[in-house]
Amino acid sequence: MSIPRNWRTRQQRYSLKAEVCNTCNKHIFPPRDVCPHCAAEKQSWTNLSGQGEVFSYTTMYNAPAGFEEYAPYTMALVKLAEGPMVTAQLTDVDAQDVKIGMPVEMVTRKLSQEGEEGQILYGYKFRPMLREAA
Amino acid sequence: MLKPAHDVGIVGYGAYVPRFRLPASEVARVWTDGTGGLPIKEKAVAGLDEDTLTMSVEAARNALARAQIDVTQIRAVWVGSESHPYAVKPTSTIVAEAIGAAPFTQAADLEFACKAGSEAIVMGMGIVGSQMGRYVLAIGMDTAQGRPGDALEYTAASGGAAFIVGPAEESVAVYEAALSHVTDTPDFWRRAYSHYPSHGHRFTGEPAYFEHVVSAGQELMQELGTQPSDYKYVVLHQPNTKFPQRAAQILGFQPEQLKTGLLVPVIGNTYAGSSLIGLTAVLDEAQPGDRILMVSFGSGAGSDAFSIRVTDKLNEVRDRAPRTQDYIARRKLIDYATYVRYRHKLQMN
Repeated sequence: MSIPRNWRTRQQRYSLKAEVCNTCNKHIFPPRDVCPHCAAEKQSWTNLSGQGEVFSYTTMYNAPAGFEEYAPYTMALVKLAEGPMVTAQLTDVDAQDVKIGMPVEMVTRKLSQEGEEGQILYGYKFRPMLREAA
Repeated sequence: MLKPAHDVGIVGYGAYVPRFRLPASEVARVWTDGTGGLPIKEKAVAGLDEDTLTMSVEAARNALARAQIDVTQIRAVWVGSESHPYAVKPTSTIVAEAIGAAPFTQAADLEFACKAGSEAIVMGMGIVGSQMGRYVLAIGMDTAQGRPGDALEYTAASGGAAFIVGPAEESVAVYEAALSHVTDTPDFWRRAYSHYPSHGHRFTGEPAYFEHVVSAGQELMQELGTQPSDYKYVVLHQPNTKFPQRAAQILGFQPEQLKTGLLVPVIGNTYAGSSLIGLTAVLDEAQPGDRILMVSFGSGAGSDAFSIRVTDKLNEVRDRAPRTQDYIARRKLIDYATYVRYRHKLQMN
């Protein structure tokens, strides 16, 4: 990703900064100009709780460029408590312990880095609820 | 003694300890054929996607969950660490952005070896105590480096804590006073571009750790007119298990007063986070009226001592975020090879 794109999306990546549609009241993530539910153009900023559950998942053994360091890792579709579905990496969990319907919470982690000299990209991942993992 | 014009305290606190644990016996197995004593049981190790920034964000979120303040009223975000992800580009601005405190806030990264976190707290006391700002977020966090095979590799760990310093009337614990004691003492250092720190071996004890921790603690109690029996708890910087035990004994404290905040046996030395995360474990258990003496230590060298009194509000906020022991209980043991991978000790290119 380029520097301007990283910069533009920093708040949604760090903390799931989202929108609520002023017309249909549904949550929108990632933020966009037109509501995907009712096509209205006016939205308000909101913060999501960061809680959700695993809708589906797969474990990556052949990682795309920039993510090789983390392989093997599990990617999931996470259904957020407020409604939106996001694709994100799971962390702090072993692949064999992931289950569909597993409650997860958002954490901000390192997504990738551009070599030893480039920028470090941070963003959301999901992990099992901390108190249940302890 | 440092005492602000207006009383200040801790409005919220939060800890973070990563999931992985490296037993000290693993380090001994690889480097000493399993011989020799072990300074701790195991240390916390950051995962591949963790660093001082990610851990700071989670600790800050825990502190905010307890404080329940308007995050835009935070006037400074200070992160003390000796393992900032960038040499040039602040960790603190990313923390501020991630928690929603940006843009109208002060932000800076602090460095004073293991004392950088408590330094941030003292500075926060100044901002809040002078009423320049309502809240300050002070963080001590590290992914500590230890040279492979060195004595420090047994203990150099990852973790730390965040504190929101604010007005005393909103606080779960009030700072009665602080005192700093610094000298030019070359006990431990890391030069620019060096991966690993160097240290003065036995010199790190008497002229460094003990001189500063004991002097700062004694001087603060003397100026406040308090004595060890006035405190329910004492929390000291903990580079290993023995040093804080001995320093507490010299200061006149009983093992029972040290026990709750002594986390080094099970998480290791989290450097800038060490005494701060010990304090979070104490706040998880302390009751209104309890007094706490906390003394940090940073090589180079210096100590910050704090006298803290718990208020009635602590019991209300405690369970709004995970307790420090929740993080300690969440653990996955790793072997030395996995540790080498996670801490990037193999040069791949």
